[in-house]
Amino acid sequence: MQLEFIGPFQIIIGVLVRFWPVWLGLAIVLGASFFYRKQLGLYGHLFDSGVGIAGVAICFFWLFTAIFSSTIAPFDPLAQIPVMKDALPGAVAPDGAGVYLFGGDKLSRDVFSRMVFGSQIVLIIAPAATAFALMVGITLGLPAGYYGGRVDTILSFLANLVLAFPVILLFYLLVTPGIMDTPIPYGLAGLFFLFPIIFFATLFYTRYKNRPERLYPLMAITLIVGGWIYAGLVFDADPLGIVHIDPNQLNIFVAVVFASSPGVFRIVRGLVMDIKTRDYVAAAQTRGETPWYIMLWEILPNARGPLIVDACLRIGYTTILLGTLGYFGLGLAPESPDWGTAIKDASRLLRSFIHPALPPTIALMSFVLGLNLLADALREQSMKD
Amino acid sequence: MFAFIIRRLGTMALTMLCLTLVVFFMINLEPNLKKLAISQLDMRSPPEQIESWLVKNGYRQNFFVRYGQWLGVVQKQPNIDPATGKAVQRFSFCNEPAEPYYGGILQGDFGCSTKFKTRVSAKLFPALGATGKLMFWVMVTMVPISLLVGILAGMREGSRTDRSLSVASITTTATPEYVSGVIFTVVFATWLGWLNGSAASATGQGITFYNFTLPVMTMAIYGIGYIARMTRASMVEVMTQQYIRTARLKGLSFGNVVVKHALRNALIAPFTVIMLQFPWLLTGVVIVETMFRYQGFGFTLVEAASNNDIDLLLGCSLVSVFVVLSTQLISDIGYAYLNPRIRVQ
Repeated sequence: MQLEFIGPFQIIIGVLVRFWPVWLGLAIVLGASFFYRKQLGLYGHLFDSGVGIAGVAICFFWLFTAIFSSTIAPFDPLAQIPVMKDALPGAVAPDGAGVYLFGGDKLSRDVFSRMVFGSQIVLIIAPAATAFALMVGITLGLPAGYYGGRVDTILSFLANLVLAFPVILLFYLLVTPGIMDTPIPYGLAGLFFLFPIIFFATLFYTRYKNRPERLYPLMAITLIVGGWIYAGLVFDADPLGIVHIDPNQLNIFVAVVFASSPGVFRIVRGLVMDIKTRDYVAAAQTRGETPWYIMLWEILPNARGPLIVDACLRIGYTTILLGTLGYFGLGLAPESPDWGTAIKDASRLLRSFIHPALPPTIALMSFVLGLNLLADALREQSMKD
Repeated sequence: MFAFIIRRLGTMALTMLCLTLVVFFMINLEPNLKKLAISQLDMRSPPEQIESWLVKNGYRQNFFVRYGQWLGVVQKQPNIDPATGKAVQRFSFCNEPAEPYYGGILQGDFGCSTKFKTRVSAKLFPALGATGKLMFWVMVTMVPISLLVGILAGMREGSRTDRSLSVASITTTATPEYVSGVIFTVVFATWLGWLNGSAASATGQGITFYNFTLPVMTMAIYGIGYIARMTRASMVEVMTQQYIRTARLKGLSFGNVVVKHALRNALIAPFTVIMLQFPWLLTGVVIVETMFRYQGFGFTLVEAASNNDIDLLLGCSLVSVFVVLSTQLISDIGYAYLNPRIRVQ
């Protein structure tokens, strides 16, 4: 059967039109941010440089793509239309189903839709895993840097242990399908997901311990929300059934947090060792503040600049890690539309067809590039202050 | 200094011990042992046969006994043939003696690869040699290019050259190997046809420009941006120093100042960064060797991991941990050596 094709110009127009919710969202957000940039602090300063605007725009582009995936993508990411196997870009699907804008892959799925849905997986896992890694790294890095001595020696040894592991070997050991039969991923998840609760509980307790009227509500919120998410993520026992994560994804999540928290730990430790020599820390010590108050309310806010920059870079790095996992076929389901898996599938067939390979590679690269540009602009801005 | 190195070597040995113990634990988990037995027997073997294979080959002994055997502090026992009651070799393809003996890492025996049916050392060291060649060419391309880019960018901070080179290096750090590998293959192998999209022939027929350029390019590109940015930062800092201004005011030409005064001081920081790149290159090696089918260390690691080849995987992790830790040590010592202001107490 002969397929009909549309021309390259129509493909470009078609892609631009499919992305209409993203353009609308971008226009609103960027326009508003640009207009009010004077009042927006550090975020507003990003709009002073071309690099910053480019970074923000690319990041928001993928954020909106992930949010509006189902509107943008013309097809289901798993739907197969047999005629469209390896179809070239712009092939028109039979029966007026639509156009495969970027062609079809070897299982005759729409490359464009898969790329769009792939952004969803990346934009959920990467920032969330980075957030958890930050929590773990901060909660352990603060005492290591502040107390020094034996606490520091032990924690640093553990961090170096993980850092000395080649990432890829770690993933092969932690993300094999067999490991889901053992309690290891759940144990690690149970450990890691405890850190945010500990972090926020200590944060509020140290600040408000003499003001029960503020302390009790905040503690209650922390424990209820934290416990609810904890139950949902670790035991998959959310009473309301909202928080749910696939065992596969939990495994990936844990592996990524495990691999990237020692990096955060090292940065936080270094920053704390630097900041604790400042006068305001000495002043707080003289006032008789508790060590954890000083760490969380005196040191941490002053370490936020480098940490924000690192968080941006780290989300990018986590995206790369997720891609690596997908590329080696670890963890994610083989039919999952994420970019790494798509690159793996397509790179085997590069000699005959190149069109399924390019959209996911360019998508991954542009998203990481956006985050790196953002980090660069943030660093420039924080240097200026 | 001597005491410092001794202490570091001690930490290194402890780290290696802990890490191999962790790896040993992970690959001896029940599902992984099953995977090994199935890969050695047959997909449809009944559970009893799997169990008896595991018992026969000593995989059901106590965990610490087996770790001790691997390490070389506990004797390795031969298999006992149930029919005759005589001791036989554990794995015939490895020429292991048919009597109890100490054969572990401490004796220099890496054990026996169940996947490749040979001794681990016979598989691992040629693979390391092949990866060494790849690494050599990667370093030869990556280091000069990235230093040049970094110095050109950092020479005049904020200039047009600086801005464009900085954006270029950010772009390369956003391009992991599996992305650049695909893009380069598409451009140079599929469209232009200049280069070979596979390095499989490099193992047998030797390295040529045609089959080796793509893997080297792919690996180098990810590191270039990072080293270049570090060099740039270091160069920018050096260029604001008093002695540079003095040299400029003395009437030296700009090129002269950069080459004679700034360069040497600016290259201290990138040295550390380059040494610390080795662990990152290790991941890159795995991706690139899988992508271009080059039979080196990374390829061996993937094969070992996907077949749960216990001894080979332990050997691989030992080697990679050794590489990571020794480069850290060299970078610390080298930094103290290059920078006389820092002396280790």
